[in-house]
Amino acid sequence: MSAATERPAAPAGTPVRRAGPGADTRRALLTALAPVVAVALSLALGAIFILAIGEDPLAIYALMLRESLGTGYGLGQTLFKATPLVFTGLAVALGFRAGLFNIGVEGQLYLGGLAAALAGAALAGRPAVVLLPLTLLAAAAAGAAWGALPGYLKARFGAHEVINTIMLNFIAFALASFVGRWVFQPATVRTAEIGAGAHLARLDALFPALRGSPVNLALLLAAACAAGVGLLLFRTRTGYELRAVGLNAAAAEYGGVSIGRAQLVAMTLSGAIAGLGGVNFVLGYKHYFELGFSAGAGFLGIAVALLGRNHPAGVVVAALFFGALSYGGLVINQRVPKELVEVLQALVILLAISAQQVMERAARRLA
Amino acid sequence: MTAPAPAVSLRHITRRFGPVVANDDVSLDLAPGEIHALVGENGAGKSTLVRVLYGLLQPDAGSIEVDGRTVRIHRPADAMRLGLGMVHQHFMLVGPLTVAENVTLAREPGAALGGFSPARAERAVAALAERHRLPVDPRARIASLSVGAQQRVEILKALYHGARVLILDEPTAVLTPHEVDDLFRVLRELQGNGTTIVLITHKLAEVMALAQRVTVMRAGRVVGGGPVASLTVERLAELMVGRPIPPLHARTGAPRSSEAPLLEVRMLDVSDERGLAAVKRVSFEVEAGEIVGIAGVEGNGQHELVECLAGLRPAVRGEILVAGRRCDACAPHAARERFAAGVAHIPSDRLHRGLVPDMTLAENFLLGRQRERTLVPGALLAPGALAALAAPRLAEYDVRPPGPARRARQRSGGNPQKRIAARELTRGAAVVLAAHPTRGVDLGAMAFIHQRLLRERDAGRAVLLVSSELSEILALSDRIFVMYEGRLVHETRPAETDERTLGLYMTGRQKEART
Repeated sequence: MSAATERPAAPAGTPVRRAGPGADTRRALLTALAPVVAVALSLALGAIFILAIGEDPLAIYALMLRESLGTGYGLGQTLFKATPLVFTGLAVALGFRAGLFNIGVEGQLYLGGLAAALAGAALAGRPAVVLLPLTLLAAAAAGAAWGALPGYLKARFGAHEVINTIMLNFIAFALASFVGRWVFQPATVRTAEIGAGAHLARLDALFPALRGSPVNLALLLAAACAAGVGLLLFRTRTGYELRAVGLNAAAAEYGGVSIGRAQLVAMTLSGAIAGLGGVNFVLGYKHYFELGFSAGAGFLGIAVALLGRNHPAGVVVAALFFGALSYGGLVINQRVPKELVEVLQALVILLAISAQQVMERAARRLA
Repeated sequence: MTAPAPAVSLRHITRRFGPVVANDDVSLDLAPGEIHALVGENGAGKSTLVRVLYGLLQPDAGSIEVDGRTVRIHRPADAMRLGLGMVHQHFMLVGPLTVAENVTLAREPGAALGGFSPARAERAVAALAERHRLPVDPRARIASLSVGAQQRVEILKALYHGARVLILDEPTAVLTPHEVDDLFRVLRELQGNGTTIVLITHKLAEVMALAQRVTVMRAGRVVGGGPVASLTVERLAELMVGRPIPPLHARTGAPRSSEAPLLEVRMLDVSDERGLAAVKRVSFEVEAGEIVGIAGVEGNGQHELVECLAGLRPAVRGEILVAGRRCDACAPHAARERFAAGVAHIPSDRLHRGLVPDMTLAENFLLGRQRERTLVPGALLAPGALAALAAPRLAEYDVRPPGPARRARQRSGGNPQKRIAARELTRGAAVVLAAHPTRGVDLGAMAFIHQRLLRERDAGRAVLLVSSELSEILALSDRIFVMYEGRLVHETRPAETDERTLGLYMTGRQKEART
């Protein structure tokens, strides 16, 4: 193999690592700024669309901001929409850290929700201490299984996880519909209600200001997951090995890490977290599974991970942003078409990718 | 006598990267038709200087003259137009395309309707190769060529684009001894045809053998130079490093113990990626307090042998014993087991195998040692504690103090190697596998790593040194094996052999060597 094909990427002058804390800090700051720049630019570009419709962009943005964050109800709605995105963002980020692109988060979340609903209904009479852990476990286990499958195929046969997870999304959708023949309520596309013991309490019971909004204890579970993923990635041997595999698989192998095992572990954990994302709707809101409940939260998780730079803290912030954008979009629906929010989302994703490159280059020049 | 007008003249070039001054008021004249060596340690500013000349970087101050005219070189295309050509250390070739296609890329001979005529390209490249006596098959695919042949393609490419000044960045770093000889013959031929050649290197023997003039850089400045005839290797080394280089001292430690060898290899067979036998029935032992050198032209099975010993490649059959204990030689993914058995491994491909460049120094110090209780006492990693543990070892192995000058380090530098040495040689392993430990590192780092390996030997470890640098093998080894086509074809001791003899064995000419 020619030298050119072996090491195509880095030009000869690329510094491997900058010594000195000053340079590293500056670089970290600059690259951390990239998502902020991306969001600001996408809002600016979005303003052009709003102007084209004949509305005042500042007024629209102000309305979105006020309604999604300025009122207790709006904040609750934003948090409710952000909750599954934290789970899915974390799931995608965990995969990325191990060098795997888990596009199957949507399907994993979907089946996690279905499993939680079935477990919650089947064991409906049990007390909460039994029922709630079991339903959560069911959600995580279903997602984990749906993640482990492509993880195993990757580790064992090298089958590409991108292709397999995409395919498994469709299989998950079909599987839920198929199972529905037996478990859906007559003439509906939803399951039976789960037992009360499996309900995740709404937060407005604790914080009256959030009254009426469906945000629930799944939010705290999401926060705990974020902390757990952070701990796993940066404070455990397993996390260290996963990151080593993601950054340089050959070096990880040299360091005695079993790459296949790391890939299987990463995909299984990623799927489990995605599966847990289903409980926000099933245990915390409607108390049943219905077809299509995931509504793209799994796919949006890719954008969340991207904007959050695959860091748990970044994922939480990015999920809140997309949550606010999503609820804010509903609010401004009377004045601008709802597609505007989709345009904004797309702009954020596009710019987040390019801003990262630009800022990293700038940081390199400065360092 | 009056010197001829310079072909290229760099005047007072200054180039900064942030706070780092990579080139500080550097001036350099290239006489037409000379071979001019540009030497210096990694990070001395050689690469920056030629990148400025080739239009890959813009200088902050200074000017460039080509044939007496001041020119501005904004991009490599400008440089090519002015007759400058560059052969990069990492080749810029398209693997699946043919030699002719690569050479003519961007200036392909046309055919009707804007098409490309492979036949005309092949004829043009063949004629060019013939004229410069560069043996290469225009129709061969790049990916099927040896490294030396790929380099000839790079040179042809530069000539095809009209280069009269040829810049070669570390051209011999990737070549076998014979390929080096071929390259030198080609370069002398080119010089005979009037081509001016800039040779970037830190191998001083090459400078003495090939160049007429030399310029020495250190820390971004020109610190000396002149006609090669007026300089010695020792003087050049001192200029490069800024201090005298200590000679390798002779053995100081106790003689070898008579215990059982620390590393025993018996009838080992290992296959390469394609499943072909790469290591064939290899048996040898390395005792405590001994350095065993394996010399050989690269690609004769040394790589597979080391990877197998390190647990990265399963053996087909055979036995490996570390400190008397049998390892499962045929187990795949056995790196962890091998580390646990007491093997340290300095891999030949530092940045690909040995380090995770995007992790911190402390995290890299942990690579392969993440299960050691002293580094990770409990279930959780403590980055602060780890950094505190790693820092003194890294400092011990990193001869240069950290500072602003370290920031613009290039990936070819010797520091990664020192970091790997710091990790591997503080494991307390009984067996040290060192594969090409000084390839591409500068003189200072090379001397440092040699001293460390000798210290390991004196501390009673078994060191296996694999290298294609015969001077290194001869200077460090207690015993030498020559590996040729997967077999150990010759065993000797440094006092009983020389580079020429080893070279003959390395190229499979045992019969000549024995006479």
